[in-house]
Amino acid sequence: MTTDTFEPTIIGFTCNWCSYRAADLAGTARLKYPPNIRLIRLMCSGRLDPTFVFKALSSGADGVMITGCHPGECHYLEQNYKALRRFHLIRRTLKGFGVEPERVKLVWASAAEGAKFASETASFIEEIRSLGPLNWGKSGGGRPTTEDGDSPSSVLRPQSETEEVPA
Amino acid sequence: MTKHNGSKPEVQERIGVYVCHCGTNIAGTVDVAQVAQWAASRLKERGVVIARDYKFMCSSLGQELIEKDIKEQKLTRVVVAACSPHLHERTFRTACARAGLNPFLCEMVSIREQVSWVHTNKEAATIKAQAAVSGGVERVIHHEPLEPMTVPINPATLVVGGGIAGIQAALEIADAGYHVYMVEREPSIGGHMAQFDKTFPTLDCAACILTPKMVDVGGHPNVTLLTWSEVEKVEGYVGSFNVTIRNKARHVKTDLCTGCGICQEKCPKKVVDEVYEAGLGYRKAIYTPFPQAVPKFPVMDVDNCIYFEKGTCKACEKFCPTNAIDFTQQDEVINIEVGNIILATGYDIFDARRVSHYGYGRLANVFTSLEMERLTNAAGPTNGQIVLRDGKTTPKAVGIIHCVGSRDRNFNNHCSVICCMQSLKFAHMVHERTGAIVYNFYIDMRTPFKDYDEFYQRVLEEGTLFVRGKVAEVTDAARLPGEEGKLIVQVEDTLAGKQRRIPVDMVILSVGLEPRKDSSETAKLFGISCSANGWFIEKHPKLDPVATMTEGIYIAGCAQGPKDIPASVSQGAAAAARVLGKIQQKEMALEPIRASVIEEKCSGCRICNDLCPFNAISFHEDTMVSEVNAALCQGCGTCVAACPAGAIYGTGFNNEQVLAQIEGLLLLNIGEEAVPA
Ligand SMILES: Cc1cc2nc3c(=O)[nH]c(=O)nc-3n(C[C@H](O)[C@H](O)[C@H](O)COP(=O)(O)OP(=O)(O)OC[C@H]3O[C@@H](n4cnc5c(N)ncnc54)[C@H](O)[C@@H]3O)c2cc1C
Ligand code: SF4
Ligand code: SF4
Ligand code: FES
Repeated sequence: MTTDTFEPTIIGFTCNWCSYRAADLAGTARLKYPPNIRLIRLMCSGRLDPTFVFKALSSGADGVMITGCHPGECHYLEQNYKALRRFHLIRRTLKGFGVEPERVKLVWASAAEGAKFASETASFIEEIRSLGPLNWGKSGGGRPTTEDGDSPSSVLRPQSETEEVPA
Repeated sequence: MTKHNGSKPEVQERIGVYVCHCGTNIAGTVDVAQVAQWAASRLKERGVVIARDYKFMCSSLGQELIEKDIKEQKLTRVVVAACSPHLHERTFRTACARAGLNPFLCEMVSIREQVSWVHTNKEAATIKAQAAVSGGVERVIHHEPLEPMTVPINPATLVVGGGIAGIQAALEIADAGYHVYMVEREPSIGGHMAQFDKTFPTLDCAACILTPKMVDVGGHPNVTLLTWSEVEKVEGYVGSFNVTIRNKARHVKTDLCTGCGICQEKCPKKVVDEVYEAGLGYRKAIYTPFPQAVPKFPVMDVDNCIYFEKGTCKACEKFCPTNAIDFTQQDEVINIEVGNIILATGYDIFDARRVSHYGYGRLANVFTSLEMERLTNAAGPTNGQIVLRDGKTTPKAVGIIHCVGSRDRNFNNHCSVICCMQSLKFAHMVHERTGAIVYNFYIDMRTPFKDYDEFYQRVLEEGTLFVRGKVAEVTDAARLPGEEGKLIVQVEDTLAGKQRRIPVDMVILSVGLEPRKDSSETAKLFGISCSANGWFIEKHPKLDPVATMTEGIYIAGCAQGPKDIPASVSQGAAAAARVLGKIQQKEMALEPIRASVIEEKCSGCRICNDLCPFNAISFHEDTMVSEVNAALCQGCGTCVAACPAGAIYGTGFNNEQVLAQIEGLLLLNIGEEAVPA
């Protein structure tokens, strides 16, 4: 895949109450943005386990957009502040892995902000396009692999992949 | 780049995939047949045993298709790729349940709002739809049968705001035999309507139709009326909200007060009444806003009371025949339990000072529409005489400017709905009471509801002059003969195609309706959303205008958007009907999305304990593990994400489901695998 034909794939995390509805509103209003983003609905941005972001990046996504209600407007009162803290942690961790922290973006969008959702998505896609495909370790310490047990997933995702969670 | 590592365990499930055309809404941009074929072949090893596309999946035929397949193909999971789950998740879950499949084994993926409506390139949209289906399939493999939680519905209801919308809602519920708590922040209920003289288009007297309803609320055995009160805290969820209310100190003992009004008569302190009289009249430091106030008890305005300022006076106390005055009274904090809440907090009017070139606040004889209501009101400061600011001169020419602060990019884009009619009402009244020449300056005449255009015709026939054009300026700078001492309305008459300067004695600004200044705080307090400018957001703009996204919280009247009295009343009644429906059900099924601690895994670190805003997590000192109280947990999942031991399980959104969905979504990229492998 060369940079000029590079079509980034982006995973977007939305919360059920604001940003997912903003995405719905962008649709209802027939606003247009490029098709490079694929959305996952969580109940709240507070549900965002940093593992989800690393999982997305290690499974082929070139960028991750975390979205939620505006500060102070979380349906669960204050959980998006926790998402904010994790966002910074995720960025720092990525940097440590030699991955551009700009590959992860945080966007607050209320249920009324379909236009904001569309424009932020469009601009993020362009930001990632200009960063190029995610190349683990290109800008620093080599890509962690699963084999040497040093992968972001096994370091940061003990609960989800290495442990059984009963149904 | 195929992201599956190939070593995935074999899938035991039998999954059906259903791709909706939604007429051409989806099929116009997404090759739906291709998506279904692709799913059937490419996702076969992931358990997909059948994939179909159909014109309208949500139609009864579409639903039957799924039900038939569940039975005949022995499906254990269903994925529907269609519109937003917020629209039809329930539809498809119910269809599954009818066919004997646990409804939570059905997953919806949105390929309309999130694909066909936002993208234009058919190939890319089709790939994205495939990816979405793949994400749904991977996720649904990890779904588990769930039983909805049922919660009892407390039959008592809280109505916030005692305007006409709230009054209507309260009476409907109280008349049906259930208890209502009405919280109003002002000393009396009535809202804006209590300030009006006549109401368009019938011109019936506002007080004559409103006050009987206010009295009904005040005296209803099923209504607890809490005026001069505000909600401070809301906890719980539909069926059992716990609400904390501050009942501000009135400094009047309501069990003793008879509402005789002697205190107001004797109080020596006159205060300009900015609320009820819109700044045109006075009240005392102890007052009821108007004689028909409900309840009849006055409140003491401690900021203006001479006793609170100087330590002497107490005239009210001296003269009160029942010893009801109490200078030491404190605010009272009350806790109530209710099952449902209706918010009917109304609107604020646009501040006319913001349009400085219309001169309000600077030019004495520029009035707002609300001031005009007081000026025309027989019980108002001038006993209904329409006079200039000097209090005696009758105007000979009056200009009424429509759309002030509405339909204006600089202020509000919205149409305030009622301003044209309110301007016509004033035109009629000025004409009738003063015989003055009346000019109405309008941008477009909007008179769409029952009998409204007829009223417009009537005002036209009465001889009111209509000038179509946006007024540029109102000024007292005379330039031409005849302008001396007048207000000059400078306007481009767009029908005549010329600039005009029209001298008048009085200008009325038909100010628009705006959301309450504190509407976003109110929304936050009750856990609902409001639009960027501040109107409360309904669950669905057409099909569910009085419900909100938060179960158990309803909205009515102008808090939802500008509207007239009939529409406010309809919404009040509609919200009440919705609440009564809930009360009748006695209990309600809630989504079983909850967190739970897996005891064996919990290390007792207590990190989760402080994360939950609903205090749902407690720590057992004896067993040294944390526990989630399912009744308090709202299912946000924050603790699930935070537990370092992975000991908290998020039902409905567990790690397996989300991680699998991520993998599924990333199965293919744009530009790859457009055709079935
Ligand atoms: C000048 C003017 C003239 C009009 N004339 C007409 C007419 O002739 N005919 C017609 O059909 N319509 C008319 N309207 C429109 C009419 O006023 C509204 O449709 C109607 O009053 C809306 O009622 P409501 O109950 O939604 O709001 P409101 O009347 O605003 O009532 C809301 C109530 O909630 C209370 N409240 C607010 N926030 C809180 C809180 N946080 N806690 C507790 N209480 C709170 C307020 O104190 C108020 O009592 C006119 C409007 C204006 C501005
Ligand atoms: S965060 Fe996890 S391990 Fe710590 S107390 Fe809570 S449930 Fe137990
Ligand atoms: S998921 Fe956890 S943090 Fe969220 S409400 Fe439930 S117990 Fe509280
Ligand atoms: S619900 Fe949207 S961020 Fe919490």
